[in-house]
Amino acid sequence: MKVFRRKWTSGSHLYVMYLPALILFAVFVFYPLFEGVQISLTNWNGYSQHYQYVGFDNFKMLFTDHKVITAFQNTLVYGVGSTVIQNIWGLAYALLLNQVFFGRKWVRSAVYLPVLISGLVMGFIWYFIMQYDGGALNDIMLLFGMERVDWLADGSRGVKIILFATSMQFVGQAMIIYLAGLQTIPKTYYEAAEIDGTGAWRKFFNITLPLLMPAIIISVIYKLIGGLQLFDLIVALTGGGPGSSTHSFSTLINSLYFQSQNAGYATALGIVLFLFILCVTVVTHKLISRNEVEH
Amino acid sequence: MMKTKTRGLLLPFAGLLIIVFHLAPLYITLSIALKKMTDLSSRWTIPNYLYWQNFVDAINSSHMLRAFTNSFVITVGTSFLIIMIGAMAAYPLARVRTKTNKWILNLVLTVMMIPTLSIIVPLYKVMNDMHAINTFWGVILVLTTHGLPLAIFTYANFIRTIPRDLDEAATVDGCNGYSVFFRILLPQLKPVTATVLILAGLKVWNDFEFALYFLQKPQKQTITLTIANFFSEFSSNINAAAAAALLAVLPVTIMFIFLQKYFISGLSDGAVK
Repeated sequence: MKVFRRKWTSGSHLYVMYLPALILFAVFVFYPLFEGVQISLTNWNGYSQHYQYVGFDNFKMLFTDHKVITAFQNTLVYGVGSTVIQNIWGLAYALLLNQVFFGRKWVRSAVYLPVLISGLVMGFIWYFIMQYDGGALNDIMLLFGMERVDWLADGSRGVKIILFATSMQFVGQAMIIYLAGLQTIPKTYYEAAEIDGTGAWRKFFNITLPLLMPAIIISVIYKLIGGLQLFDLIVALTGGGPGSSTHSFSTLINSLYFQSQNAGYATALGIVLFLFILCVTVVTHKLISRNEVEH
Repeated sequence: MMKTKTRGLLLPFAGLLIIVFHLAPLYITLSIALKKMTDLSSRWTIPNYLYWQNFVDAINSSHMLRAFTNSFVITVGTSFLIIMIGAMAAYPLARVRTKTNKWILNLVLTVMMIPTLSIIVPLYKVMNDMHAINTFWGVILVLTTHGLPLAIFTYANFIRTIPRDLDEAATVDGCNGYSVFFRILLPQLKPVTATVLILAGLKVWNDFEFALYFLQKPQKQTITLTIANFFSEFSSNINAAAAAALLAVLPVTIMFIFLQKYFISGLSDGAVK
């Protein structure tokens, strides 16, 4: 048997099987990334044959551009904010749905359904709600005898609305991950705690939360990667406006390229976004995997 | 006794509130889509008549059927490639533990973290040089590349749960590595393939970024692009716009209703194993 195992682990000929994937990564990810680094050092406008090498000017400019600074703050809010909100909210739903009651499957489906809808369509739907004239939310304001509000006219409120809209749309993902995680926790742990007379809160903090760590890590990383890239919902709901107050890095890159035709600068911002996501994800992973326990 | 009885009602009631809350945005969209443009009643009330003309307008004024076909072709093509290339790549990565393979798994993870928008400008240049702009094959290859990491991880996780003895038995019987994969392993990957298909297909169907950059020609536009254009061109006709939004959501919703089990297990299997 040993002979075969050795033959297997040394199966270097099998490398051919991941060759197609590697070729695709090389052509459509790493080569563009490499090309991107070069473009970011130029003042290319996106279509002209002529452009000049400008060194690190684009990168230097990024740090003083107020649009970029706003977009950076917003990206943090969208990324970290929606990660925190969705994980707490999703865990609460999962704990609720982990109990047996009439209609819980319908609740699961209703919470999960919006996950399937494109962020773009969801953005337009939220526009129907937030519109000044005839918007669904203003109807409620009027019903309670309050003044109508132009919800999207103010940038900092716009950011909060986007944060809420994306969290509400994707909370179902975290819920499903936690539901699956809860089912892996052996019931005997709770029974043992019950015999010891442990209260509900202590059971949650001493049993549920530590044993849920693998699910928490996956869900948090998943949400961070998604949230820090938020794009289509913003395009549909505010288009980054008013002004550029609700832009994320992604939507700002898009508008720099399409509207300002500043491809070199847009690419420099893209590289910063990538490095930023890489750092945040790696640091978060290191931080929370420290709390992992074996069972 | 009293306590358990109220509790028995409390949970379903809380559940009902949650359902109403999460479906409210879709309900509002439906109520707008069923109203005449002249009807200025609240968006919370479904009209006492049903005005289907909005759906007809949405379909006619934006070539929606063509967009549906385009999205369908792209989704099917991409999903097929992701499944084939992903399963194949996952096999040696899950079975053969070497330094190179560990390195490649990290590489795949990095690809997953690269934001679409951060490479889209240089990618446009690369695609342009390849004459791949406004072609289905071009956008299918790009979408395949970006869908692959998740598929590779999902397959690799699943293959690790299949006992190695099976491979070894086949090797004893004279199969080489490839025939072990194609004859022994591939048939067992059916359940996880449903998962990969749903996750990948959904992402492609809903893709907006890549289509926005690489499919600008009207004949090639996908459903998300059509919706985006529809909203900017016909923003005055909000009722038809709502109908268009609902039409875009319809195929996915129908699939969800019938294949709910796969949608939900898809996400949790990929996540918790």
